[in-house]
Amino acid sequence: MRNISGIARRHLVLGLGLALAVQMIGPSLAQADELDTITKAGVIKVGIFEDFPPFSSAGTDLKPQGYDIDVINALAKALNVKAELTGITGQNRIPSLTEHKLDLLVSVGVSDERKKVVAFTAPYAPYSIDVMGPKALAVKGPADLAGKSVAVNRGTLEDTSLTAAAPAGTDIQRFNDYNGVISAFLAGQVQLMVVGNDVGASVLAKHPAIEPESKFQLLNSPSAMAINKGEDKLQAKLDDVLATMKKDGTLDAISKKWLFIPMPKDL
Amino acid sequence: MGYQFDFGSQSQYLGLLLSGTAVTLCLTAVASIFGLAIAVAGAAATTSKFRWVRGLVATYVELIRNTPFIVQMFFIFFGLPSLGLRFAALPAAALAMTINLAAYAIEILRAGIEAVPAGQGEAGRSLGLRPAWIFGLLVLPQAVAIVYPALVSQITITMLESAVVSQIAVVDLTHVADFIQSRNFRSFETYLIITLIYLALAVALRRVLALGGRRLFPGRSR
Repeated sequence: MRNISGIARRHLVLGLGLALAVQMIGPSLAQADELDTITKAGVIKVGIFEDFPPFSSAGTDLKPQGYDIDVINALAKALNVKAELTGITGQNRIPSLTEHKLDLLVSVGVSDERKKVVAFTAPYAPYSIDVMGPKALAVKGPADLAGKSVAVNRGTLEDTSLTAAAPAGTDIQRFNDYNGVISAFLAGQVQLMVVGNDVGASVLAKHPAIEPESKFQLLNSPSAMAINKGEDKLQAKLDDVLATMKKDGTLDAISKKWLFIPMPKDL
Repeated sequence: MGYQFDFGSQSQYLGLLLSGTAVTLCLTAVASIFGLAIAVAGAAATTSKFRWVRGLVATYVELIRNTPFIVQMFFIFFGLPSLGLRFAALPAAALAMTINLAAYAIEILRAGIEAVPAGQGEAGRSLGLRPAWIFGLLVLPQAVAIVYPALVSQITITMLESAVVSQIAVVDLTHVADFIQSRNFRSFETYLIITLIYLALAVALRRVLALGGRRLFPGRSR
């Protein structure tokens, strides 16, 4: 009995001491410049989606792969640090960043609402909702949709964007999932389909005979990286690295590899 | 429970609900008419003296009755275009429902034909009637009268199962419900309304067909 309580007491003291130490170090860590912390530790902690192909998903070897992963690795190399990847969800990623569990988030859509909580780097990846069709079909803008059949996943952002943009006489066919949309398009049951470029890439990857291409965009919202507010040095450094990656063709190569499209010029 | 019911947000979709109901009813009518026509021919073929004809019908019936309806429909809509046979969504749905109903109706009619006493056919032959006349005038009407309630059930099932055609973007009643629900996010109200419409349609369909049955087969009111 005495033995056990002795151990318990020692643990209690140790625990209290640790808690006190964390209390003392914690705030100073948060106040320190994040770029210095990253460089000193030699590690940048990045939150990634675990199932968001082709940006980030598990490969056949169960290791994360995709557009985001390639960008993170190139970024880590430029910073001369190791990337530590952590799986996050859309709900918990911004709290994970603001609570300093992570240094960096990728695949974040820029919005005014989010700007109140986090800071954004320059955009690094195209993200768009595209009207896709066979190369042979001439479609240039929403007006050309009249009289054509278009497949879309019901109730998604694509559906509402298309419904708002489509002129009268557009035959909008709503399917229950992306499988239905893609199958109907590839089987020639519809002339066009509206999907995000992430889903579109999975179609382009199969190189169908009809040579699908993006006809025009219903929405263009390039992805950026998010960091904590007030980390001006880190932001300047990341923007600098991204600008270099844009200039030397690194991002273009990654875009062609995963999205099957060149990096948009205006990004 | 803190849920606020809101049926008001449904009223703007009244036109859509009506057109969805019309599509469901039209599909059922087309499938019933053509499906029963095929079934009569198929049931006649099961009495054929040629073994290969009987085998062909049996294969068709087994193939359709032992595979899911949704798979049959996907095969027609998504699969056949690879072979150069492209049906738009509505004809594909009508075709799938017709083929499906026909297979079940063949089995129902076959049972009816077997239930007609053999003496009826013998009487026809002794009067010198041709086999086609015997089947069309003597055996078939009696067979249909016997299995009429089962045929009504099968038609009702076909109508209810047609909800699946919403999967290939046919704007039937279920598709309309899915659409409304994706716009106003009022799942409970939307699907409650749809359930009631299906219920009313099914009850009405049974009533109408039962009434027709009493007219067609006055001796067999049930």
